Amino acid sequence: MINKQLDKRQKIDRIFKTAANIVTWSSLVILAILLYHVSITGINMLSFEFLDNFPSRFPHKAGIKSALHGSVWMLVLVTIISVPIGVSSAIYLEEYGKKNRLTKFIEINIANLAGVPSIVYGILGLTMFVRFMQFDRSVLAGSFTMSLLILPVIIISSREAIRAVPNNIRLGAYAVGATKFQTIRHHVLPIATPGILTGVILSMSRAIGETAPLIMIGALTYVAFVPESVMDPFTTLPIQIFNWASRPQAAFHEVAAAGIIILLIVLLFMNALAIFFRNYANKKYDFN
Amino acid sequence: MKTIIKTKNLNLYYGENKAIDNCNLSIYENKVTAIIGPSGCGKSTLLRSINRMNDFIDIFNLEGEIIFNDIDIYKEKINSTELRKSIGMVFQKPNPFPKSIYENIIWGPKINGFKGDCDHLVEDSLKNAGLWNEVKDRLNESALSLSGGQQQRLCIARAIAMKPDVILMDEPCSALDPKSTVIIETLIKKLREKYTIIIVTHNMQQAARVSDYTAFLYEGELIEYNNTEKLFKNPKNSKTEDYITGRFG
Repeated sequence: MINKQLDKRQKIDRIFKTAANIVTWSSLVILAILLYHVSITGINMLSFEFLDNFPSRFPHKAGIKSALHGSVWMLVLVTIISVPIGVSSAIYLEEYGKKNRLTKFIEINIANLAGVPSIVYGILGLTMFVRFMQFDRSVLAGSFTMSLLILPVIIISSREAIRAVPNNIRLGAYAVGATKFQTIRHHVLPIATPGILTGVILSMSRAIGETAPLIMIGALTYVAFVPESVMDPFTTLPIQIFNWASRPQAAFHEVAAAGIIILLIVLLFMNALAIFFRNYANKKYDFN
Repeated sequence: MKTIIKTKNLNLYYGENKAIDNCNLSIYENKVTAIIGPSGCGKSTLLRSINRMNDFIDIFNLEGEIIFNDIDIYKEKINSTELRKSIGMVFQKPNPFPKSIYENIIWGPKINGFKGDCDHLVEDSLKNAGLWNEVKDRLNESALSLSGGQQQRLCIARAIAMKPDVILMDEPCSALDPKSTVIIETLIKKLREKYTIIIVTHNMQQAARVSDYTAFLYEGELIEYNNTEKLFKNPKNSKTEDYITGRFG
């Protein structure tokens, strides 16, 4: 005999659906409240002067010029450092490395590194780049530290993008007398590029929002100049925001909120770019 | 009749697993040779060892010799990339590159240093693959916009563009509809004038229709190899008879 218990099963189904709905919506509502609060607080402070002023002890004169420049400097340097290393490692692990114990060991450790708290990278950066290599509290030291932080993520997402390239494309290339390098260069990488870019951009937006490791390596919180070389001291958006938010005067909280709006706009723009690349890939490489 | 490929006491392994057991097979020039047998009998493995496509599988191992034009292709100094220029391959599932039709054809010759007239080579290859009339007005469109059967003929054209001596085909019609299958079978019969073709198929009727010689493999062993007509009309081995009469497989 089969006892269908149809009523009971369908009831559980309905309960689960409602629960899932509530969970989804509640997090969206919290996000909306947060955004609303920040915009209301910060909107009055937003102006071109805000973007073009250095920080000041007078709230109405304070601006994020140095933080914005610092973030851009860091972002560019992080890209230059981490993308070539990350993508090459991913290519090695996926295409060249034999599947043996050593590569397994490397794989597991990369996955672990992606989960290490960012402050730990800060300590590493302080010892390694600031003290040992004597980069001091420069943009360069910050960028190297941040690159270490996002490298695991870049490697993992690049590997996934490379693995998603259908294997019969590789075989087709080998079959017309291509070398491994030619196959990777002309087929695997072009097909994987949108996926790699998506991963790179998402980890970049993580880098731009990170604060802890930079505070650890001693990035300044009050900088009244823009960096002019990689060895100059710097500050970044989240550090500047943190600095303002921790001041007692209420007026500075408005400045902080304005800074948050700018940071959010930058992040949203980067995420939109990532989505654009993903959709582009789906359209162009539809292998059915 | 000239022998172009010859396997001598060939054993193929995946790790501990023996996929091909002591195979001695002679492939004749400008003939179509079919390799038939039930799933998992090692026919694809045998085919892919002829242009060293198994080299990409870490656990693959080979004993014995495969002689192509009097050269043992598994000798150290043989360059597998070089070898694949002479022995082309068409796969089970059409696998055109996600590029234009034109680039699909010309990519292989180009990376191998082709310096001649590209347009001419593309036209010639597509004509030989019987695809020219269907695509001549849209050579710059993506190859992925073609139908499955057209894609497979494009892959044949891609192999032809390398001017190989031999073309290996690994169940080239198994992912295609009956109409495209007929077109490709007709094409195979025509192609033997210029190329030696080895085709793996699990479809016995297809082997009977297109091939001059047929090899029957069973559990990694070459059971019988003969003229296709003789093999299908008068199989010498009882296993062959059982298989071609549909008693198993």
